[in-house]
Amino acid sequence: MMYEVRDLRLSFPDMAHKPLIGAAPRLEVLKGLSFDVPKGAVLGIVGGSGSGKSTLGRAMLRLLEPTGGTISFDGTDITHMGEDQLRGMRKRFQMIFQDPMSSLNPRRRVGGIIAGPLRLQGLDGLTGRVDEALDMVGLPRGFAQRYPHELSGGQRQRVGIARAIALRPDFILADEIVSGLDVSSQAQVLNLLGELVRDLGLTLAFISHDLSVIRRLCDRVLVLHHGEVVEEGATAALFDAPQAAYTRELLGAIPLPDPHQTWG
Amino acid sequence: MSGYLSIRNLTVRLKGGAMILRDVSLTVRAGQVHGLVGESGAGKSMIGKAVLGTLPRALEVVSGQIILDGTDLQTLDPKERRRRIGASAALIPQDPLTALNPSKRIGPQITRRLVDILGWPKIAAEARALELLEEVHIPDPARVMRSYPHELSGGMRQRILIASAFAAEPKLIIADEPTTALDVTVQKQILRLISEMQSRHDTALLFVTHDLGVVSKVCDTLSVLYAGKVVEEANMHRFFMRPIHPYSAALLAATPTYTDPTGSLTPVPQTVIDGVEREVAEHDMRAAP
Repeated sequence: MMYEVRDLRLSFPDMAHKPLIGAAPRLEVLKGLSFDVPKGAVLGIVGGSGSGKSTLGRAMLRLLEPTGGTISFDGTDITHMGEDQLRGMRKRFQMIFQDPMSSLNPRRRVGGIIAGPLRLQGLDGLTGRVDEALDMVGLPRGFAQRYPHELSGGQRQRVGIARAIALRPDFILADEIVSGLDVSSQAQVLNLLGELVRDLGLTLAFISHDLSVIRRLCDRVLVLHHGEVVEEGATAALFDAPQAAYTRELLGAIPLPDPHQTWG
Repeated sequence: MSGYLSIRNLTVRLKGGAMILRDVSLTVRAGQVHGLVGESGAGKSMIGKAVLGTLPRALEVVSGQIILDGTDLQTLDPKERRRRIGASAALIPQDPLTALNPSKRIGPQITRRLVDILGWPKIAAEARALELLEEVHIPDPARVMRSYPHELSGGMRQRILIASAFAAEPKLIIADEPTTALDVTVQKQILRLISEMQSRHDTALLFVTHDLGVVSKVCDTLSVLYAGKVVEEANMHRFFMRPIHPYSAALLAATPTYTDPTGSLTPVPQTVIDGVEREVAEHDMRAAP
């Protein structure tokens, strides 16, 4: 298993309801999640806003520390691992962010951005690795000299992907990476991600609010609602016969580009 | 062809620079919903802004007519134009959080238009606001009138903006991506509400969206834009059954649907982009003096 997550809990102090004296009450965001991510799987994580999708993703990459339960990555318990040890692990799991404008440093060239994590990991031969990453995401090598603002939204998202795969990780988390893109760039990025997963043997967790996108890309789906897993299963089965009432509600609410759809 | 809103050959450009809208014509009739679709930067929102007279200062209307209820807005002096627009048109904006003033209670934000612009007495405006909040299915409207925006959910805030848009019984409403910031389940409720209000009040509605799925649920007719040019104007059913322009067909093919698991996603092919770019260039050649 790439990931084994057991009874994962995460809570934040709820400062909006903190009494004048004493500790703030805890706001439970993840309420005991258990699931596995097999090696080579593409897992879709879907849910409404506030369902805990992004918090779950950040806990899996240990950008947040869980307050309960365990997360094991390829057999290693990373639940409470310290920063020093995590740095060594981080080259094995990488993240692609939602907004390529705010997640790419506007003052650095694309080459420098992609080389950033490589440098942190103390790797050499940076130019070669950057060129290779650009090749893999289908951008010309000359783009290494450009700045993010010179690129289109789709191209920026390719840079985000290049930065994540440059380290040749085993696992990538993609958090709403196509939600800001037009349908055509979205199709290109999804097709690219699908190819990379296949060619590099990656395991991918793909967070999205869009079930149509998830169906195209993912082979398993996890449905979150209010910090709990309401349904998990193989994509085809989940779409053909959704079990949880919430999954059915989500599916029924999607407006398909088809005037004959019975839309409740 | 006449309609409540008629746009004829509207051309807008960046002052001394690039073309933003190229010769746009469209008609929206009372009781009808007309969709404006296209990718980001295609000029969808700019059409709505041109109608409402809220184009950014850097843009100018070069030529064309915007005919609202039989009057060409371009022929009016600015003050009279604003009065006309204020009395007969309203906007449902995209982001329900930034569109409401965070430091003011909901009630005055709805009644302000009625009191300040239309000169209603305050008591009548408040009664109307309560009635509207009920109409958009807000529970306990009296309490909501006293609430601040941050106390309400995104869906609730969007309902308030819808109530607010319909407050002065406008004949035309422009909805600019009104559900893009919402969850699908909330989106469904809000789209239903907009349709319900629009048909009850017999309003002409110009609906800006990038989502073809949404178009198929709310629009009667639509225009597809590319680089500020209408590449196809169509009846909604005909459009989804038989899109005529290759760019329209390509946009549809690029839209993922969860009911179609096998087909691969097709980005808009370069040949289609080249073709539509050529149309735009030819248009500019003809338009050049």
